Amino acid sequence: MILFPSRRRADHLTERPVFREDIKLAGHKVATMQYVVVGTFLFLLAGFWELQVRDQELYSQMADRNRIKAHPIPAPRGKILDRDGRVIVDNHSTFSVLLARENLKESHLKQIAEGLHLDYDDLQARIRRFRSRPRYEAIIIKEGLTPGELAFVEAHKDPDSFPELEIIHTQRRLYPQDGALAHVLGYVGEISENELNVPDYARYNQGDVIGKAGIERQYNDVLMGVDGQRQVIVDNRGVVRQVLGSKDAVPGKPLSLTIDLELQAVAELAMDGHRGAVVAMDPRTGEVLAVVSRPAYDPNRFAGRIRTRDWKEISENPDKPLLNRAIQGQLAPGSTFKPIVALAALESGEVDPSFQVNCGGGAVFYGRPFKCHLRGGHGHTELNRALAQSCDVYFYNLGNRIGIDTIAKYGEMAGLGKRTGIDLPYEAAGELPSTAWKIRKFRSKWYAGETISVAIGQGALTVTPLQLAAATGGLAMGGVWHRPHLVKYEGAAPPPSKAELNPDNVARVINGMYAVVNEGGTAARARIPGIELCGKTGTAQLASNEFLKSKAGQGIKDNAWFVGFAPKTNPEIVVAALFESGEHGNLAAPIARDIVKAYFDKKARRTPAPALLAERR
Amino acid sequence: MSGYRSVRDLDWTLLLVAAAICALGILQIYSATHDTVWRDAWWKQVLYVATGLILLWIVTLVDYHSLLGNVPFLYVGSIVLLVVTFFAGRTVFGSRRWIPLFGGFHFQVSEFVKLVLVLLVARYLSELTAKKLESPDLLKLAGLVGLPMLLVMSQPDLGTSLTYLPILACGVFLAGLQWKHLAVILVAAVLVLPAAWFTLKDYQKARLVTFVDPAADPQGSGYQVIQSKIAVGSGGMWGKGVTHGSQTQLRFLPVPHTDFIFSAFAEEHGFVGVVVVLGLYFLLLMQIVSNAQAAPDRAGAYLCMGVAALLLFHVLVNVGMVVGRMPVTGIPLPLMSFGGSSTWSVFLMLGLVNNVRLRRFLN
Repeated sequence: MILFPSRRRADHLTERPVFREDIKLAGHKVATMQYVVVGTFLFLLAGFWELQVRDQELYSQMADRNRIKAHPIPAPRGKILDRDGRVIVDNHSTFSVLLARENLKESHLKQIAEGLHLDYDDLQARIRRFRSRPRYEAIIIKEGLTPGELAFVEAHKDPDSFPELEIIHTQRRLYPQDGALAHVLGYVGEISENELNVPDYARYNQGDVIGKAGIERQYNDVLMGVDGQRQVIVDNRGVVRQVLGSKDAVPGKPLSLTIDLELQAVAELAMDGHRGAVVAMDPRTGEVLAVVSRPAYDPNRFAGRIRTRDWKEISENPDKPLLNRAIQGQLAPGSTFKPIVALAALESGEVDPSFQVNCGGGAVFYGRPFKCHLRGGHGHTELNRALAQSCDVYFYNLGNRIGIDTIAKYGEMAGLGKRTGIDLPYEAAGELPSTAWKIRKFRSKWYAGETISVAIGQGALTVTPLQLAAATGGLAMGGVWHRPHLVKYEGAAPPPSKAELNPDNVARVINGMYAVVNEGGTAARARIPGIELCGKTGTAQLASNEFLKSKAGQGIKDNAWFVGFAPKTNPEIVVAALFESGEHGNLAAPIARDIVKAYFDKKARRTPAPALLAERR
Repeated sequence: MSGYRSVRDLDWTLLLVAAAICALGILQIYSATHDTVWRDAWWKQVLYVATGLILLWIVTLVDYHSLLGNVPFLYVGSIVLLVVTFFAGRTVFGSRRWIPLFGGFHFQVSEFVKLVLVLLVARYLSELTAKKLESPDLLKLAGLVGLPMLLVMSQPDLGTSLTYLPILACGVFLAGLQWKHLAVILVAAVLVLPAAWFTLKDYQKARLVTFVDPAADPQGSGYQVIQSKIAVGSGGMWGKGVTHGSQTQLRFLPVPHTDFIFSAFAEEHGFVGVVVVLGLYFLLLMQIVSNAQAAPDRAGAYLCMGVAALLLFHVLVNVGMVVGRMPVTGIPLPLMSFGGSSTWSVFLMLGLVNNVRLRRFLN
């Protein structure tokens, strides 16, 4: 038998036990084995002691994190309504994909990104951003799933493919088409890393969708609801076994704007294809009725979580579609500033109402020639004609007489050079030059020659379309400037800023503006039969005459302005329209005319007997 | 020769301890499977334990000396069956370990080879006359144990094949391993192990990597270890109660009724339960060792010590794995883990121990 030691035959064993002196095993070796057993058990017990007694807390938390998942219940944002309760911004129900990060396998991300048409780098960056949030909280990685993407998730959320995916219902913002009212409404977006570091935003969490611009931003606290959460117990496949508890979402509150959708639509249509801005407001209250800024963008592309690529395309567009020209465009007002200069001249007493100038197409001040826009000159011109025909030489003289600080005083009274305080973020203040302004800004002396340009709304003077509307509206009211606003006041309106103006002087300026439209002035084509529209055109140069004559200045065209209000007494609406590169102010006037007409048409429709209204449904 | 043996002479301490462990095991199997497709497992395990007890009794009937006498046949038979398994075995999870039997039962040869190796080592070493183990005998014995190890390893079933080693190691140690041989073995091990790395399957490598660093791949091969540690740790001092362990009930714990049964037990019964069960295993092993000391001859002592070494290794590796102190090898916990072959082979070994005990007054 080769298997066994050859000294003995195997069959001996069964016959008699092997003879050996020591029939027992050595005692110390058995004892050694016992020690090994004791050692082994102590080794194992120490392991259990560590896990179950010393680190019990830690592992209990880990066990909870395993089984307890938090699914967000997104709160719908409040609707945004117009002044008549018509819905401007609504929500629509969409499907979104949740990604559970605990069971996330890095290797799945690429396929998930492909299946959901997400940018792989965006997705990775997104997951990185959520590092600080508890891992049991799932994150939304895509909203507004297409049927194809929905099918992809449904087909792949089984334990063997991508169990980290889950589908939930969310509400997505639905903005008006074609960028209508885009700049006023703004848009929502996921809170950014930078915003999270701002103290004002401390109450928000990573992943919250907040207002990023416009009304959405300004009134975020009203519009934004409070997300709910559903805590569930899941098994290792993510199947919900038990609902621990759920906190319902608190929907955001609706917000009523002062915007009138009908006027807005007229303004939008009129501005279609142009660059510029329109603001219409009620000078009696400061309620803004319509705001247009073009070019616009489609806020629906921002609704929720915008792709990096889309964001770049919009934000890096040279036309600056994100700029709200109505409150952020700071441009020389040109001749639309003249009514304020006229008022300043009359109120200061420096200039007699009967003051006349003989316009020969230009004049020389302080050794420099200044041209009138009318080459041949206006001849003998008094205030009314100077406004109606927009005689530059007349206002050069006015400015020269009253000086820059008087102009600035009345400009400031009308609200220029400072923010109007409209309830929109990032409003621009414009520039209202004065001697103090020049020292503050340039640390240098004001030259009297600079006043001449400012007197016709050029030079360093810049305004926003909203400022111009508000300033002109207050002037039309006889010196009562209400703060422009977009959301109806719930309580008492803040007091307007008032100025003690001589009604005769105001009437003289308003008469001039009436003449602009109705007595063969520069905006004769804006005339509406039956409506006393008063206004002022303006053509503002973007650069000095010298530059425009040079080669580089060839493409640059003037900006066209019109600011007007109606009716002549007790005005109800003031409109400022700006056409960038519009060449002449009388191109802007028809827009204002259309809006004013729409306003009074609507008013006429609203006043008739109730029976008629019922018929119209 | 057998007239004075009776049931009364069995090692009742050993049997009661074993029965207690089995009972806790069945309770845990029930708790871990009551709402799964395995819900029948607990009463199957009852059957396995019951038949295991019968097997134990049968083993005590035949004098272990005659078993030792038949070692050559048992050994050759084992090798043949392992080869048959290799070619005809049922493939489960990528390895051939089971031979299909009647009635849907499957027979895991490698489990019973343990028993044969215990007998083989006992017989081989008890026939040596010298006080020290000489190198030819050592090499020969190592070869005899090594052959079935290689066969089982090639199934592939590294875990089970490793359980053969403690039988050999324990026997060799008791027989008088020489220091120089030990030194040679250690040097050889150091040289061979890196080479062995390349013969491992990918999943085996991954298990070793994650043993060193479970966080390396928390969703992959490290998952089992992490989940097991969470289960054990969250059990705390008193446990979460039967059928209330979240790790076990929500399936975060892998195979909570077989390889990771002790993890499930620790979660639901806490540190106190762990101390009790480990205490039972300790008693069991000490009782086997004391039977070795009482054995009538060296062969009997080797038998008992072989069984003790084997069971200790099982407990160390399985329970150590559960707390992350041993790599994941997939060997069951004796008497607790669900499984017929494993349960029966343990009862057969306990039968051997009783066999030796019943004949302790022979000389």
